[in-house]
Amino acid sequence: MSPILLAEQLLNGIQLGVMLFVMAAGLTLVFGVMGLINLAHGSLFMVGAFAAAAVAGATGSFLLALVAALAAAAAAGALIEVLVIRRLYARDHLDQVLATFALILIFSEGTRWIFGSFPLYLNIPDYLSGPVTLPGGIQYPLYRLTLIGIGLAIAAGLFALISKTRLGIQIRAGENDREMIAALGVDISKLYTIVFALGAALAGLAGALVGAIQSVQVGMGEPVLILAFVVIVIGGIGSIKGALIAALLVGLTDTLGGVLLPQVFRFFMDGATASSAGSALASMLIYILMAVVLIWKPTGLFGARA
Amino acid sequence: MMSERVLNGVVMAGLILFPLWAWMADAPFMITLATKAAILALAGVGLNLALGIGGLVSLGHAAFFGIGGYAMGILASHAQAYDPIFTQPFVFEGTKSMPLIWLTAMIASGLAALAIGALSLRTSGVYFIMITLAFGQMHYFFSISWPAYGGEDGLSIYVRNSFPGLNTLDPIQFYAVVLGLLAIVLYCNARLAKSPFGLALGAARQSPLRVETVGISPYRLQLVAFTLSGMITGLAGALFADLNRFVSPVMFSWQTSGEIMVFIIIGGVARLFGPVVGAILFIVLEHVLGGLSDYWHIYLGALLLLIVLFARGGVIGTLTGREAAHD
Repeated sequence: MSPILLAEQLLNGIQLGVMLFVMAAGLTLVFGVMGLINLAHGSLFMVGAFAAAAVAGATGSFLLALVAALAAAAAAGALIEVLVIRRLYARDHLDQVLATFALILIFSEGTRWIFGSFPLYLNIPDYLSGPVTLPGGIQYPLYRLTLIGIGLAIAAGLFALISKTRLGIQIRAGENDREMIAALGVDISKLYTIVFALGAALAGLAGALVGAIQSVQVGMGEPVLILAFVVIVIGGIGSIKGALIAALLVGLTDTLGGVLLPQVFRFFMDGATASSAGSALASMLIYILMAVVLIWKPTGLFGARA
Repeated sequence: MMSERVLNGVVMAGLILFPLWAWMADAPFMITLATKAAILALAGVGLNLALGIGGLVSLGHAAFFGIGGYAMGILASHAQAYDPIFTQPFVFEGTKSMPLIWLTAMIASGLAALAIGALSLRTSGVYFIMITLAFGQMHYFFSISWPAYGGEDGLSIYVRNSFPGLNTLDPIQFYAVVLGLLAIVLYCNARLAKSPFGLALGAARQSPLRVETVGISPYRLQLVAFTLSGMITGLAGALFADLNRFVSPVMFSWQTSGEIMVFIIIGGVARLFGPVVGAILFIVLEHVLGGLSDYWHIYLGALLLLIVLFARGGVIGTLTGREAAHD
């Protein structure tokens, strides 16, 4: 395999990784602060993508579409937090899984009801389309490079938010001892709504950004959701740093595994068997990675609590 | 308020009488619906052993359901092609005999559950939910990308497999087979829950530390329960595939795991008949609401949400007036 192709796949892996991070950051925050496992996070990803596609279709502006995605997902997140999620914090994980599974059914069918079963398309704006030439003669799509940049900027922003701002202090305090910060006069239910809406907005933004390189359809959230779960579990639930490292690890493993494994298998098998066995194993690779990490470190790479 | 024992009797009577009525009224479709409900109930009973008594929230039971299904598909497709599955080191032929298929399905899913359980039970809480989900997804993606048995398209067989002395193509006779198996498994489950093993398993859910203090290993109890649970769900998978004469990766999908869990919650966690009531209600809702609207999943979701939020203990808990089965 040529080094240029390898470099392209490396960038693809990083791009997948940073988008998974944007998705996983909200999940891991919600789990870390509220102790809630939210399967409906994928639905918020879908809400963002559909809002962006609808607004882009009506106005033609990609920036407005992104704003719409953020706003719609944050609003949907705040709404379900107040109506449903709030009642689940004190429940066990089984109830949380079931209630948020129910939310997935409602969101998916509701979206199908409004937008129909056909996929929508969200176009990459002209100023971001086309390839750029990177050092070393690598041609790479500008849009994907932008995604990497946005993802890294969001990561930096989140770290600053968590470590430098007042809200960040409250979030970290909430992770450690929620009774204590409530006793110190922080409106804990408002904090929870803000954190949930923030996570939802990030999921919606990821949906809109990724929606432009795939089709926008009902059910698009679930595969990403499962990958995001893999990410937060590998990284250690509640840890933003863990989520970033695990997201890159998962993105690279998934992308490079799909390219490299069939080639590796070719050394000791014939061509057709090697490519089918290689791609079969590659599709399982991140789950194997997760199982190995959990067996080695049962609370993930940077996880503190079980 | 009625006692749970009476309620269970009513449900069992319904499982016998409704298909008999459908048979007399010559409504084979209704019998097929009842068969589907009974098979899904069996899958739920399997998961309930781990989830209800053992407190092991597995979001990966689709793996065992699918393994059971593919055991049926692989054995039957080789039998109908007269082509042995492998010849080294011994000849392993396909078969169309249901008891042999069930045995294979249970052994295969039991071995998978033993391996998955041995690794997953090292974790607990959310991590356990997630690692079982990951193992389920592993099977899902493997079944999609492995082309030998149909890959994404799945695998269909021409005729339903045979059971000695019965014509399984007749819906009511196949239903009788399924109901017989469900009854046997329910009986074993009832015995198991009251046995020393079941009591120790329940204790390991409530307080692993105390169980360990009296010299019992919670890990081993939970591993046995998880394996048995996987075997029952695998058996249900084989029957489900036989009902449809078709297996596909959908059986491995995580929505399947979620739905099996939904039966238990609708009916009532850790109740003997919880998954049975849940599966029946699920099929009734699917049939009734599905007829009213293409978007019946919205109503299902809303109902599920209301049950989780307000009717803890599920339908059985609400009818018998006791919130939790554990106390």
